[in-house]
Amino acid sequence: MAVETETLETVQALTQSGYKWGFETNVEMEFAPKGLNEDIIRLISARKQEPAWMLDWRLKAFAAWQKMEEPQWARVEHPPIDYQDLHYYAAPKKKAGPKSLDEVDPELLAMYEKLGIPLKERAILAGVDPDAAEGGSRQIAVDAVFDSVSVATTFKETLSKAGVIFCPISEAIREYPDLVKQYLGTVVPVGDNFFAALNSAVFTDGSFVYIPKGVRCPMELSTYFRINARNTGQFERTLIIAEEGSYVSYLEGCTAPQRDENQLHAAVVELVTMDDAQIKYSTVQNWYPGDEHGKGGIYNFVTKRGACRGARSKISWTQVETGSAITWKYPSCVLLGEDSVGEFYSVAVTNNHQQADTGTKMIHVGRGSRSTIVSKGISAGHSNNTYRGLVRMAPTAKNARNFTQCDSLLIGDRCGAHTVPYIESRNLTAKVEHEATTSKIAEDQLFYCRQRGLSEEDAVGLIVNGFCKDVLKELPMEFAVEAQKLLAVSLEGSVG
Amino acid sequence: MLEIRGLSACIGDKEILKGIDLTVPQGEIHAIMGPNGSGKSTLGYVLSGREDYTVTGGTVTFNGANLLEMEPEARAIAGVFLAFQAPIELPGVNNANFLRTALNAVRRARGEAELDAVQFLKLARAETKRLHMRDDMLKRNVNVGFSGGEKKRNEVLQMALLRPKLAILDETDSGLDIDALKIVADGVNALRSAEFSALVITHHQRLLDHLVPHRVHVLSQGRIIRSGGPELAKELEQSGYASLIAEAA
Repeated sequence: MAVETETLETVQALTQSGYKWGFETNVEMEFAPKGLNEDIIRLISARKQEPAWMLDWRLKAFAAWQKMEEPQWARVEHPPIDYQDLHYYAAPKKKAGPKSLDEVDPELLAMYEKLGIPLKERAILAGVDPDAAEGGSRQIAVDAVFDSVSVATTFKETLSKAGVIFCPISEAIREYPDLVKQYLGTVVPVGDNFFAALNSAVFTDGSFVYIPKGVRCPMELSTYFRINARNTGQFERTLIIAEEGSYVSYLEGCTAPQRDENQLHAAVVELVTMDDAQIKYSTVQNWYPGDEHGKGGIYNFVTKRGACRGARSKISWTQVETGSAITWKYPSCVLLGEDSVGEFYSVAVTNNHQQADTGTKMIHVGRGSRSTIVSKGISAGHSNNTYRGLVRMAPTAKNARNFTQCDSLLIGDRCGAHTVPYIESRNLTAKVEHEATTSKIAEDQLFYCRQRGLSEEDAVGLIVNGFCKDVLKELPMEFAVEAQKLLAVSLEGSVG
Repeated sequence: MLEIRGLSACIGDKEILKGIDLTVPQGEIHAIMGPNGSGKSTLGYVLSGREDYTVTGGTVTFNGANLLEMEPEARAIAGVFLAFQAPIELPGVNNANFLRTALNAVRRARGEAELDAVQFLKLARAETKRLHMRDDMLKRNVNVGFSGGEKKRNEVLQMALLRPKLAILDETDSGLDIDALKIVADGVNALRSAEFSALVITHHQRLLDHLVPHRVHVLSQGRIIRSGGPELAKELEQSGYASLIAEAA
């Protein structure tokens, strides 16, 4: 209840128009020249001090990418992207990586404040003693990614005591090459799709997480991504491995400053769970969506996939997508283990001229594997919002079950909601259920709220949050508050 | 005081209200009766500001303010409350949260301190008890899965919490058994004061046994064709509207 109330207070506080997070940080940047070729890839690899095997891996991906074409099947439209007209590497000019938070650029810390990063996390970033902050509240470790280089990693010590590895992936490539080699590209192969291949060739940074056998990660791991340089494609790569019987909750949040040009973002996230292990991956995505005429905004082409390799293992994706001009994203689960569980909870909001084509894939291979999909799409303005989901029951998926709930909410009469479910069942004992609804915020609902004294914006906030409740309750508390604020802000001015 | 002068309103091309004159002094309860389609509900909607209706003529002043110029939420804050004939469902929206948000919006606008969750729950529990309602009604989603009677009682609960200056009850008694009817009547009676007035729209005289009005008005084809004391309701119950309508024609 407190959360919902806070949303309403936020709507009142945020009545100014425009993108709240549209500011630019003045940190000196170092760019690689525009364009993409083997030399650029060699440059990236060299800057990251990568071993030879990593460079080979990248070059292989680049070769694959060159033979591929941009996928056309999504319900999105955009002018052709000139991949030779982008910078593929940008790094804040620094002599060496900071050893502690004291060395972090104060401007970056100030930026976290503007981003509205929860107080507790800001306190952590400000260097509050982690042991002093324990008093009943959960700890969160932040691996901050500022453009392409990780500049601050907190709580490393507490984590390393538990045997947890949480570091920039570039560091993992140098420090834990065997682990990286063993898992990188095994869930999303280099040639999986056009954008994944591009990412594999040029990714600059991201997070690496390793949870050893039987360890429950002592805190939630959190990464804030931010695209900050003009015309820089950001290619994040994240790899999370949960060994037998382990658990981790990972939070990813993104906001981006205002830009006129469209920016490309093509991330790849790979998750692996072994027997009885569990990964909970939560995202709040708030990249710049473009202005109300559809000018500018991020192109967000993301490949996220988890492999439940172990028996009874579980991967849970929760996403709140309110940003980006274009979202192309299908966090998926490959349910290999017996009785493994995949979950996908999603809220996707589009307003003005935003386009979202998002959903999930649940690939059931293991016996008794189960999956749940709850998707809530909200369209306003001139936007288009598509749910695209695949549920596949392999011949081996005996007694596997899927339940899909897919709801769309329309605000106004110029937007579109589309549901494209694909169901393939090759096992007669497998059960697939699909429910879908489309509704409009009805005039009488708005009037009912207003008759009780609520403003129109408060009323929309209340109704939308009610519609998304099933998904929002899956988010960790701090994120839920942030997500509710975002929903309200994203839909500002969408009625009346 | 509510003063309606020559009020006309239409929905689309259809004229529904054709010149209503009605004065409800502070502290009085007036009943509006009339056959189906006479414009009773429309009157309630127009007074509370529903946008589907277009006011084509006349004036409405409420405690000196021009009600017709105000947004629905401004009317609510000024003290106008409409108990809906068919209360609206808000899926996923917790009833207690909805009520507290509404109450605090009204309190804020009136310059009163907002209630925190604990203060609100205490107040709401006291009201639900007084209205013989179950506490779990507060935990459920607004009107979702409520029975007809529960929905009506939820309207009365909202009214009790918001303490309006003018309550418009749009057939709040329809579909209720005698016990529920009494709860609705008690809810309104509890609010009776020198500052509270009500327009009670009803089909049946039986509500008026428990909620005795100062005046009764009969609405037919968008006009008030007769006004009288509480005895008028009893007369209608026996003779029906037909003779009145014929008389007025």
